[in-house]
Parts: sequence; C-alpha cells; structure tokens
Amino acid sequence: MALLQIAEPGQSAAPHQHKLAAGIDLGTTNSLVATVRSGQASTLKNAAGEDMLPSVVQYLADKVVVGKAAIAAAVSDPHNSIFSVKRLMGRGYAETMAQVQQLPYLLVDQQGLVAIETAQGIKNPVEVSAEILATLADTASQTLGGELTGVVITVPAYFDDAQRQATKDAAKLAGLNVLRLLNEPTAAALAYGLDSGQEGVVAVYDLGGGTFDISILRLKRGVFEVLATGGDSALGGDDFDHAIVTWLQQQSGETELSHQSLRQHLQLARQIKEQLSASDSYAFELPTTQGALALSLTREHFDSLIQTLVRKTIRACKQTLRDAGLSADEVAQVVMVGGSTRVPQVRTAVGEFFAAEPLTSIDPDKVVAIGAAIQANVLVGNKSDADTLLLDVIPLSLGLETMGGLVEKIIPRNTIIPVARAQEFTTFKDGQTAMSLHVLQGERELVADCRSLAKFNLTDIPPMAAGGAHIRVTFQVDADGLLSVTAQEKSSGVSASIQVKPSYGLSDDQVATMIQSSMQYAKQDMQLRLLREQQVEASRVWEAVSAAISADAHLLGAAELLEIEQALSELKLVAQSENTAAIKAAIDKTNHITDEFAARRMDNSIRQALQGHNVDEV
Amino acid sequence: MNYFQLFQVPAQFDLDLTELGTRYLELQRNFHPDNYAAGSERDRLLAVQQAANINDAYHSLKQPLLRAEHLLALRGVKISQEQRSFTDTTFLMQQMELRELLGDILHSSDPYALIDEAEQQIQQQKNVLLHQLAKALEDNQHEQDLQAADIIRKLKFFFKLQHELELIEQQLQD
Repeated sequence: MALLQIAEPGQSAAPHQHKLAAGIDLGTTNSLVATVRSGQASTLKNAAGEDMLPSVVQYLADKVVVGKAAIAAAVSDPHNSIFSVKRLMGRGYAETMAQVQQLPYLLVDQQGLVAIETAQGIKNPVEVSAEILATLADTASQTLGGELTGVVITVPAYFDDAQRQATKDAAKLAGLNVLRLLNEPTAAALAYGLDSGQEGVVAVYDLGGGTFDISILRLKRGVFEVLATGGDSALGGDDFDHAIVTWLQQQSGETELSHQSLRQHLQLARQIKEQLSASDSYAFELPTTQGALALSLTREHFDSLIQTLVRKTIRACKQTLRDAGLSADEVAQVVMVGGSTRVPQVRTAVGEFFAAEPLTSIDPDKVVAIGAAIQANVLVGNKSDADTLLLDVIPLSLGLETMGGLVEKIIPRNTIIPVARAQEFTTFKDGQTAMSLHVLQGERELVADCRSLAKFNLTDIPPMAAGGAHIRVTFQVDADGLLSVTAQEKSSGVSASIQVKPSYGLSDDQVATMIQSSMQYAKQDMQLRLLREQQVEASRVWEAVSAAISADAHLLGAAELLEIEQALSELKLVAQSENTAAIKAAIDKTNHITDEFAARRMDNSIRQALQGHNVDEV
Repeated sequence: MNYFQLFQVPAQFDLDLTELGTRYLELQRNFHPDNYAAGSERDRLLAVQQAANINDAYHSLKQPLLRAEHLLALRGVKISQEQRSFTDTTFLMQQMELRELLGDILHSSDPYALIDEAEQQIQQQKNVLLHQLAKALEDNQHEQDLQAADIIRKLKFFFKLQHELELIEQQLQD
C-alpha cells in the first residue's frame, strides 16, 4: 500500500538500501544506459569502453550480435542486420510500406504487423528492440555488479499508444522491470533543470535519428509541467541521410540500388553529413557498378537538400507553441537533444525561430539517458527527499468511432496524464449482450485519417430492453501514456468483459508466448520466474501494509487491525513457500482485506497534504 | 465527487486560481504515480486513479464554465444536454451577426481587422455573461441557479465562436 507509505516521506519500513536502477535511451540510431552513482548521473560504458551502443542487431543462424559488430557486418549481410528498428515499433505492415524509405532488409506482414525476415526466422520489432535492451541491461549489471531493480526507458513524447506499448513489451521480453516510460524531452529538461536550476518556459527540440519531438515545458520549483508537445514520429537524421542518398543516385545515374549498395550509400551519406557539420565542403568517392566516382558536396548544397525537412520541424514548433498558448519570445531557453542537432543548419533555424542561443552544454547524445537515470534513481526509492514532479501530457487525442466513420474525441491532446474519462453507451436492440468499440488516436475527424489503436469487444452485458442497459466505459491513460479501458453496466453494476484486439500491437497472450520462447528464457524455468515474481510482489505488499499500520493504526478498529495482522502473517509465511498459486491467493486476500483501510488512508492523506491551509469548510 | 472539497477551497464561483494551482501541485506531489513506482500492483493502480481524479478536478475547477457546471451539479441543477431553444431574440441576433462576421474574414481584404473586431465583440459579450453568471451563482438560490444554467448555455456559444475564430486565424497564418 504505497499510497500509505507516501504520507511519511523518507520513512520506509525497510532499512534504507541503495537499489540498482538505470535510465535507458532506446534510440533509433544509438542507445545508451546511464545511472546515478554517488549523486552523479553518468552513462555506462561496455567492456570495449564505449557508452553509445549502435541500435543495430544482426541475426546469424546461431547467435545474435548487437551494436558495433553488427554495423560492421551490415554491408556484407544487409538482410540480417536490422537498423533503425525504432521506426517500425507499433507499426502496421501496410502503413510501413507506404511511409518508410527503402530499407536494406526484408519486411514481412505478421498478422498485419510489420516484421523482418532474418536468418533466425521472422523477427518483429519488439523482439529486435528487446535484444538492444538486454545488451544495455547487461552492460549496466556488469558495471554496477548486480541485477537491476528497475529501469526508466525513454520514448519520443510524440509516440502514440501502440508505439509506447511496443516499447514496454520489448522491455518485458528483455526481462526488465519498467518503472516508467519517460518522454525524451522531459528527460532532457530533467537533466538540465537539475544541473542549472532553470526556471521559466523551456523548449526542448529533439531531432534524433528517426523521430522529431518538440515540447514546451514550464519549470518551477521542481515541477516539470509539459504545456504542449508535438512533432513527427517519422522524421529524423535518417531522412537527411536518405536525402543525400537520393542526391548520390542522381550523380551516379543509378536508379535501382541493391540492398548491399544501398547500405553502402547510407553509410557514406552519414559520413558526409557528419563531415559537413564541421567543414564547408567534403570530397569523397562513390563506389558504383562502373567504378568509383569522385564527388564533393558543399555545406550550402547539403543545406538545400534538407531545407524542406528542417522547415517541417519549425512548422511543428509553431503549432506546439500555439497549443501551449505562448509566443516564441516567451521561451527563455531552448534545449537541443539528439545527434541530428549537430547539423549547423538545424541550430541556425532553431536559434532564429526562438530568438535564443540553443543550449548544448550537455552532450545532445547523452542528455536523455542522463535525465532517465535521474528519474530512475528517484522512482526506485533511492532518493526519498526528491521534490521533482513530472506532469506529462497525452500527445495525441484519443477518440471513438461513431456513426458514419467519424471520430468523437474523448481525451483531447495535451491533457495532463494520468487521466480518466468515462463515456456512456446504451444498447439499441432488445436483449443485446455485446457491443464493440473502436478506439483511435489522432487529430483528424475521419476514422480513416486517424490511427486505429484497438477494437474493444464488450460482452456479458445483462440482457435488457433496447436502451435499458447503460454501459459506462472508462478510458484511462496512465503516467506512461498507456491506455486501458474498463466497462460497467450502471443499473446492475455488472462489469462487462473486454477483449482487446490491438490494431498495431501484440495481445497479452502473444507477449507471454514470446517471452516463453525467447532466447533469454530458454534456459530458465518459466515456472521459477513466475514464482519469483509473486514472491517479489508479496514482499512489496507486506512492506507497504506494515508501514501503513505502523503509521495509521488509529484509523482501524481493533477487529479490523487483528484481521489485517493475521492476513499479513499468513502472507509472510506463504511467501516463503514455492506455491505460486497460494502466494497469489494470499496477496489477493491481503489486498481485499485492506481495501477499505487504503481508502480511509487516502482521504486522510489528502487532508494532511493540504494541512496548514485556511480550510473553509464546504 | 466534490472537487471543491478535494482541493479544500470554498465552493463558490469566484476562485483564487493561484491558490487552486498551488493546492493542485501539493496534491500531485503526494499522489502522482511516480511516488508509487516501487509499490505493489494494487497501489500503483490506485495511484493512477487518484492522480487522474485530481487532474480531472483541477481541469474542471480551472475553467469558469466547467467550474460553474460543477457547482450547479452539486446544487442539484443539471445542464441539460439536449438543445433547449432560446427565446432570447437579442442573443440569437447577436449570434447570427457574429457568425456572418466570421464567415467574411477569409474573403476580406483586411482579414486581421475583422479578426480583431470579432475578438473584441466575443470577449465583451463573454465578460458580460461571466459577470452575470458570477452574480447568479452567488446566493445559492434555486431560481437563480436555473438562470445560471441558461447563462452557461449561452456562454458555450461564445466559447465555440472563439474557438472557431482561432481556427480561422491559424488558417490565415499557415
């Protein structure tokens, strides 16, 4: 009952011990892991002494290679070397084929979802991302000398529900306990905010390899309030590379490239881009089927190649400022995040638009991981006096399909999360016992223009006359930006069952099957894992309730107290057994018995939270 | 749920928004799910619900229209969802004129002048109505509460006009 714990900040029932936690920046091009040690957040290096792990996974028949070695193999083995998998997270096959630039590996349709054909069979983006996450977690536990208790993983603020869910599934598959999905711009602001004690309105311009985010935040005494967020989840430095590749093709006259030479072109393009960040022109040789071609590209010409892309980001900045109800001159600071903000034209354009010199004092490649590490350290409970409060918003409106293929908005974008909104529906046929809801995300009015999230089938509605049953459907978005839906018939109080069919995601069963069959757990006994999970949960419940009792026993009658104490000692005893089902039953029983106590403590702590105010009784 | 009680502020239309904001942050500091990240599953769920309630309450009290509606709901007066016809012809005329004005903007040679004019008119009418609303809600009398409900319905039209005007302005800028 952590609800109860929080009323006593800094007084945990268990003796204080430092828990291992890490922040992970799961990027399109590079990924990083960072942690807080002796109060300082820093990125962690792998055995080779590198902290940037290229987000590349190579599937060989008998093993999986992640990172730099996988890049090296990319030209010789393009089909099995998966780059930029973040762009495929939570995406459908059809939409990916329509949107994504040509990729040097083979995409296949996996029940509507996009997946990749590899030497180890078909791999979906969740599985590929899990390999990257597992590699980073390994680096962390080796450096820190122990298993990680929990991680914070960052996502672009603009990620929709399907993309967020896919990220969380990947972490689950990698065997990680996710404390929070944190928006990248918020993480960046956190890194800067704590360092320099900034106050006022801050814009975070985050141009990564494959995604672009712009967020407007207000910083005030430890509160990071996101006012508005916007961007494009399919725009990034990769597109700069592709623009160069197109130009290279124009020079060589080669319109069709093999997967191998496309990979070669892309690597050359990246090199050209990086060189042009430091110098005004760059000379190089382009390998073609007719031999090498000597070429050079000037910064000026490069600027013109990417001009439309940069303008697109500035337009998004404008829209987001508008959503925040602010003008550009009210923004005090601009934080630059992402390797692509090293491109001089990007810095110039952003500086001009906000009329401010962009902040770059923390390495733009590391700032997100550092912010995530700071938050992970707080969430895992290492810093009980932390006074930061991160108020995030939902980046895209949530709506329901209504008659005529229209979308009715239920939760508008930029609403502070967590949020819950209820909607009432009624049956239109006598004896109707089921109904179906289609949930969408996006700003447009037509279903076809929004992104389908899931179809919810409500069943077990008690049969009544048409219009008799009133079903209250509650849409809840948690602090990670993830949606859940519950439904209840109002007059009977019967909960309708919900089957969720995610449009661009995996069902819970699919994730469970993937975990069971994955490499990570092949050697481990699945039963043992489940037992361990229940034991951990049992000890959390035990600790929380014990802390609650020692703080607030006065809210309980003598009989109630006795009942709870009995349940606790039972729980403690059962938790030492190896009976997973019995442990789960004891947890459920304890939760059930303490429900009323939790509610009382909640009311009580709300009163306490506002103590010292002039209370005008209502 | 009584949102005024949740924030421990007086149940009245005239609210000190700075104070409301301060109390909101205090509550969120205590109940935001980030405080429960290491807690048990049930507690994490409860925290999400509680934080969602607090956000919802804040959202409702912050905006004058929603605040007035909540106040009326607590007093047992519901703003009917269905379109009730207005008998106030002055109000209807005003609405028609403003709609025409908005319709003209995009075809005008000086659209920004029209935007300013429309904005001014909407703002002025809104202020008059908000003032009337505050007065009607003052005494907690059923007759006056019913009047307040009518004023809210009228105000909704002005808020809608204002939103449309913003959309037109955006269209012009893009």
